[in-house]
Amino acid sequence: MSERNLPFIQVKDLSSYYGDREVLRKINLTINAGEILVIMGGSGSGKSTLLKNMLGLMTPVKGEIRFNELNMCQANKKELFKLRRSMGVAFQGGALLSSLSVGDNIKLPLRQHTNLDENTISIMTRLKLELMNLAGFEDLMPSELSGGMLKRAGLARAVIMDPKILFFDEPSAGLDPVTSVELDELILKLRKAMNMTIVVVTHELESAFTIADRIAVLFDGELVITGTVDEIKNCTDERVTNLINRTPREVQIDGEKYLKRLTEGAA
Amino acid sequence: MFTAIERLGTSVIQSLEEVGRMTQFLYRVVISIFGRPFSFNDLLKQIAFIGAKSMPIILLSGLFTGMVLALQFYDALSRIGSSALMGSAVATSLVQELGPVMTALMLIARIGSATCAEIAIMRSEQQFDALTCMAINPYRYVMAPRLLAAIISVPLLTAIYNLVGILGGYIVGVLFKDLNGAAYMQTIIDAISWSDLRMSVVKSMLFAVIIIWISMGKGFFVHYEKGVSGAEAVSRVTTKAVVSSAITMLFVDYIASSFLI
Repeated sequence: MSERNLPFIQVKDLSSYYGDREVLRKINLTINAGEILVIMGGSGSGKSTLLKNMLGLMTPVKGEIRFNELNMCQANKKELFKLRRSMGVAFQGGALLSSLSVGDNIKLPLRQHTNLDENTISIMTRLKLELMNLAGFEDLMPSELSGGMLKRAGLARAVIMDPKILFFDEPSAGLDPVTSVELDELILKLRKAMNMTIVVVTHELESAFTIADRIAVLFDGELVITGTVDEIKNCTDERVTNLINRTPREVQIDGEKYLKRLTEGAA
Repeated sequence: MFTAIERLGTSVIQSLEEVGRMTQFLYRVVISIFGRPFSFNDLLKQIAFIGAKSMPIILLSGLFTGMVLALQFYDALSRIGSSALMGSAVATSLVQELGPVMTALMLIARIGSATCAEIAIMRSEQQFDALTCMAINPYRYVMAPRLLAAIISVPLLTAIYNLVGILGGYIVGVLFKDLNGAAYMQTIIDAISWSDLRMSVVKSMLFAVIIIWISMGKGFFVHYEKGVSGAEAVSRVTTKAVVSSAITMLFVDYIASSFLI
């Protein structure tokens, strides 16, 4: 087995709740080293919650998440710190610190975690900005960037420490088709250049089919299928075909309940 | 009847939960001060924001408070033929009470609201999640410099407020009411003791912690606001932060005064 096919992240029997509401039910998922896995699903399917659990921003109620051999849910502070230093996360809106310039945002992890001198840090930052087509924008403030530029700047910050794994939340959301394609190409370029494992959360079909090695489809908190692009396209499960064919969910109205709700309080 | 009891119970539980959350928050911020690496640049930036940039309003409000106090005391004291004691009356009331309280109120309006809104927006835009994912402790990176900067700046601003207030009293008493300038200063020197100065410093430090703690905490927990999100949630927590800081500050002022007088 080549290193590329070794399991890098393993999600086992993961369940997660918001209050009493179960948002993830017994998720089992393996992400192999070096692959691009796309987590796909409609709104409210639980994909962002799954991502938050994998990032350690939420603690699962049941189940576990393993990075190589480390169980993230039982890791101590030191282990979590080490793990997070090997991760890069690009958030949906960029999540750049609004009080820092674009350049300072990208330099932040290097300044906090390394003893590199300012010159080296500046060179590394410029390299990453070039890679993201953002050369010359380092002195601007985040409020001066467009949505697509914010995402690319967030991506530059996420990869500045050369992480082993990159998480990308909704890369195409809210972007025009051209910028969206540019970002897809950037993700593929990053994998090729830095040989990293990439997990992308999206609901954009075209984007998922372009970049994914494998796709995991979530529906109402359940993992329906994990497979290659062809396997997903040929899947006969109604929930997957509805997602691929963009079929709207049927609204089922319980007549009695509807009437009761309408007349409640009227008496 | 049951609904009323249920509502009361719910609000008591929610208040207790909030107190617990806020206490834990303060504990984490204080602990994070001792973490490494600590950025002195960020500390200086916050001192500039909380301290230096607050100077104009502190100077103006201090001057007018001192002038108004002088007018009031002159009127009252001259009725009993003791207008010469005006300097000591102005200085004592400023140092013991009005200086720390008025400075704190000014800073709640300027710093408290701005800090709360900034932190709440950072929370809404996932900036704290981003810091956590970068293995950067948000308490150390964002909160600790603000807390330290407030503890350093507020007593200094209070001292400046007191001095400018005394100057305001001098302008009214000596220039407008023809009191003797040397006598005005001498009564102040005679009246103000070390314990008065200590009270001013202790109170202003307590107020600094209260203002910045409540403002940061309310902003940090913006997602706990029920039924609102986005801009409305930010505006609601900012209002709450200002009101809670002011009331808590006045309550602590009473407690501190009763121990220190």
